Amino acid sequence: MSEIRFTDQHEWVRVDGDVATVGITDYAQEQLGDVVYVELPEVGKSIAAGDEAAVVESVKAASEVYAPVSGEVVEVNADLEAAPGGVNEDAMGKGWFVKLKLADKAELSKLMDEEAYQSFVEGLA
Amino acid sequence: MSAPHTEETLQVTPLHALHVELGAKMVPFAGYDMPVQYKDGVLAEHLHTRTAAGLFDVSHMGQAWIEGPDFETVARALETLVPGDILGLAPGAIRYTLLLNDKGGIRDDLMVTRPAEPARANSIFIIVNAACKEADFAHIAANLPAGISLKPIADRALIALQGPKAVEVFARFAPAAAEMIFMTAKAIDVAGVPCLVSRSGYTGEDGYEISVPERDAVALTKKLLGETEVKPIGLGARDSLRLEAGLCLYGHDIDETTTPIEAALGWVIGKRRREEANFPGAQIILGQIANGVARKRVGLLPEGKAPAREGTEIVGGGKVIGTITSGGYGPSVSGPIAMGYVATDFSKVGTDVELMVRGKGRPAEVVAMPFTEKRFHKTK
Repeated sequence: MSEIRFTDQHEWVRVDGDVATVGITDYAQEQLGDVVYVELPEVGKSIAAGDEAAVVESVKAASEVYAPVSGEVVEVNADLEAAPGGVNEDAMGKGWFVKLKLADKAELSKLMDEEAYQSFVEGLA
Repeated sequence: MSAPHTEETLQVTPLHALHVELGAKMVPFAGYDMPVQYKDGVLAEHLHTRTAAGLFDVSHMGQAWIEGPDFETVARALETLVPGDILGLAPGAIRYTLLLNDKGGIRDDLMVTRPAEPARANSIFIIVNAACKEADFAHIAANLPAGISLKPIADRALIALQGPKAVEVFARFAPAAAEMIFMTAKAIDVAGVPCLVSRSGYTGEDGYEISVPERDAVALTKKLLGETEVKPIGLGARDSLRLEAGLCLYGHDIDETTTPIEAALGWVIGKRRREEANFPGAQIILGQIANGVARKRVGLLPEGKAPAREGTEIVGGGKVIGTITSGGYGPSVSGPIAMGYVATDFSKVGTDVELMVRGKGRPAEVVAMPFTEKRFHKTK
């Protein structure tokens, strides 16, 4: 049983047990355009909610990907280093950035659920 | 994720509605609402221009006539503001030159054309950067002697058709354009529309820039886009194309604080102009030619895959020795590329430096530009 939550900075976090997978939303990859480079953190690094978890670069600009929740990096998506375009192809799936070992499950309650995020994005148009 | 957003009152080009209709993502640029990319995105648009033909709306740039009694008088007047040999232009020839300030700094870069047509024998045609056009026109007008005047052209769009298929495609509408050589211009009818066509561009590819009456701009653009080889290309790809070609972007790679010599643009200073030493900042610039400069613009090739953006510090021998002025991803190079200024000691091709990206020094090499091969049509 997994649940997905969203930030107003267009990151998503999907939780399975105590592991949180983090990525950027389809809306975000659409706004960025072609992703040409992804910089991922070291496995073992502890990241606080709201801190930089990764960097994603399009042809034109670099953007930070912030950790939606606090935790220790347990895995990074090394596939993105060779094929960063995976973020554009499947932002919500194969284009994930990092997996964090959740430090505090309660942080999830501060994030938007899918419905709330959808209406948030619609409000940006 | 962080994302920039700006709001201001923006001007539009005659092709604005067409961009929107084509699904462009519009962004503010130099006071205009301009297409940064269309549906295919920057990568695909860049690569399309390198393999087929890309169509760009550059109507935001400033077009003007400088008119006087005859070409020689007008050319001499313009030469007081630029270091290029304008007087030596043959009819129909185009020259890239620089508007300089009294310290030898660069106010703008521009294209200067001596029209081939007898009816324009007393005129010079210029194209300046969008962001500088008001200031440029005021500066030029204020420095022209009596009897010579600058007339901004507000009723013409400017489109560019660039890429290896540009000539073949354009010949279907303007057969005479196929005969033109690079850096020449001609008044010709394009699909029946009277245009001023320049064989030039800002992509490192062969192609044309077409000054077209505003009322015909949409119809002509649609005709060109109707050809299978042609796709609309936004400012995003225009920037990555010119960076790969090693071409300067005004306000980034050159500005009022950089001289032509520091910018590695010494070639724009004509031989006669060096001897006459009568352009703005001539003493400073000629002194730099004789004695060297403290910093130089160079190409930089990062070793890894991380792009190094504008503003990135360049480190050499344990010290900051320069700054990147343009940097990003080169789609045709398939990796990061950059240009910037470094202390002259570090400017030799092959020098190893480090680029400070997100607090970490990353190896890079000083390289010759362009990053990609230029494919201009020099001879018939």
